[in-house]
Amino acid sequence: MNAIDVKELEKTYSNGVHALKGVDFSVKAGDFFGLLGANGAGKTTMISILTGTANKTGGMAKIFGIDIDKDHNKAKRMIGVVPQEFNFNIFEKVVDIVATQAGYFGIPRKQALENAHDVLQALDLWEKKDHPAMQLSGGMKRRLMIARALVHKPKLLILDEPTAGVDVELRHGMWKYLEDLNKNGTTILLTSHYLEEIEALCRTVAMIKKGEIVIHDSVKKVLRSIDEQTYVVNVDQVKKNCEMDAFQWNIVDDTTLEVQITKHQTVNAFVKLLDEKGITVQDMKPKSNRLEQLFLNVLNE
Amino acid sequence: MNNSIAFYTIIRKEVVRFMRIWTQTLLPPVITQSLYFIIFGAFIGSQVGDIRGVSYMAFIVPGLVMMAVINSSFQNVVSSFFGSKFQRNFEELLVSPTPNWVIIAGYCAGGVLRGLLVGIIVFAVSFFFTQPTIHNYFVIGLFILLTSVLFSLGGLLNGIFAKKFDDISIFTVFILTPLTYFGGVFYSIQDLPEFWQGISRFNPILYMVDGFRFGFHGFSDVSIWMSALVLIGFTFLFLGISLFLMKKGVGLKS
Repeated sequence: MNAIDVKELEKTYSNGVHALKGVDFSVKAGDFFGLLGANGAGKTTMISILTGTANKTGGMAKIFGIDIDKDHNKAKRMIGVVPQEFNFNIFEKVVDIVATQAGYFGIPRKQALENAHDVLQALDLWEKKDHPAMQLSGGMKRRLMIARALVHKPKLLILDEPTAGVDVELRHGMWKYLEDLNKNGTTILLTSHYLEEIEALCRTVAMIKKGEIVIHDSVKKVLRSIDEQTYVVNVDQVKKNCEMDAFQWNIVDDTTLEVQITKHQTVNAFVKLLDEKGITVQDMKPKSNRLEQLFLNVLNE
Repeated sequence: MNNSIAFYTIIRKEVVRFMRIWTQTLLPPVITQSLYFIIFGAFIGSQVGDIRGVSYMAFIVPGLVMMAVINSSFQNVVSSFFGSKFQRNFEELLVSPTPNWVIIAGYCAGGVLRGLLVGIIVFAVSFFFTQPTIHNYFVIGLFILLTSVLFSLGGLLNGIFAKKFDDISIFTVFILTPLTYFGGVFYSIQDLPEFWQGISRFNPILYMVDGFRFGFHGFSDVSIWMSALVLIGFTFLFLGISLFLMKKGVGLKS
């Protein structure tokens, strides 16, 4: 069973912008799925269509087998969505925002308040329950939106840039929370600008470019397909005129080199070569996150 | 899906909202209508004499109550609906499985409750100025309910089309207020020249005020059944348009 099935999804806005050009993709139930793309690539448009805040202009979308054209309300019952921008009433109390959302999903008030208590506790917001939302910090507002999305216990959680503007410690806390949620059976679709986030969390990834899906595979396979990786190598002393033709490399400064290792080469071979030339490697690290490299390659194609 | 819970949730949110800001939602109409009672009813009314056998003060009470109901119902829905569109928290409803008719019913019920509450307070204030007379409870109930439903729907339509805050006052200033003032709140259209009587009959608010007044005093300028029919007709028309626009997502979905 797929949590999401999208076929030839089209969206042309009234101003003529062709945001989605026949997108096909699917997300397996239980998956942790990452959707990548530059700003304006169509990620938010796709999420808006699935969750009911935008109308599609063509194609088909199913949520757990339910066609959104036939019964979108039934499909919506299984989705919890965390939008990119804050969209709660800033004058409302935290607990009211969450409990009201449960009410919209048909959960009786008493149960809604219990669910609100549970999600607010889990996201460390219970102490702020009686504060108007405008008094929360940026990170708390993000967590409030996650709490609101989870209050009706959805089978599919969609998060559009959930960690934008969230500090490192909090971000890792949120990752842990999302991982646990996924382990307990919730399918998660995540868009993010932090590629390390996608690499750390997601099992499957799709990349959307100008309204079209260009990559759709498991994260492992995608990473394996990367042709080359640039490493930054710190050495004791760079020797100019060193002959290491087997590798493409260049000098950054007196103690730093950069080398491109293709998938037919090994890091080991390069280190060995340096050793032979009498250069001691002190440490080395990838120049960028691997997914980031792929992302840039695809964007520049 | 239990639609009654979603319906109740919207009403609850609406009531909490207008009660939280009662100084903006409940107090102003009561003060304004009290000023009308004092100035038009007491000061000027004493010089006007009776209209069709009732004092001028007693004559304007139903009209002023109705005026408060119309404004409060309309304002409640237009400001709440547009406010949630503007802050984008309307998306909370869009992403939920709440059907459109429940959303419309919930917002309207919020408008009706505020309208009725303000109407009851204004009516209670009128006791300070004149002895209340009741001719027919059913007619009073029917007209006040239909009118507040109709203007709640009107507020919803205005909220759907509004793109900026200015848009929610344009309809009130240029259409609603003039129609209300010319709707026979302060005079009987039978006292107007024939030409203006004819023009007045195109004003839907006339039928609301007139039918409502019948419930208190037992006389009306036009047949109350005709008035009820006009009200019901407009209510269904507004409801149909609201349902159509919500289904299309006009002003709500991109």
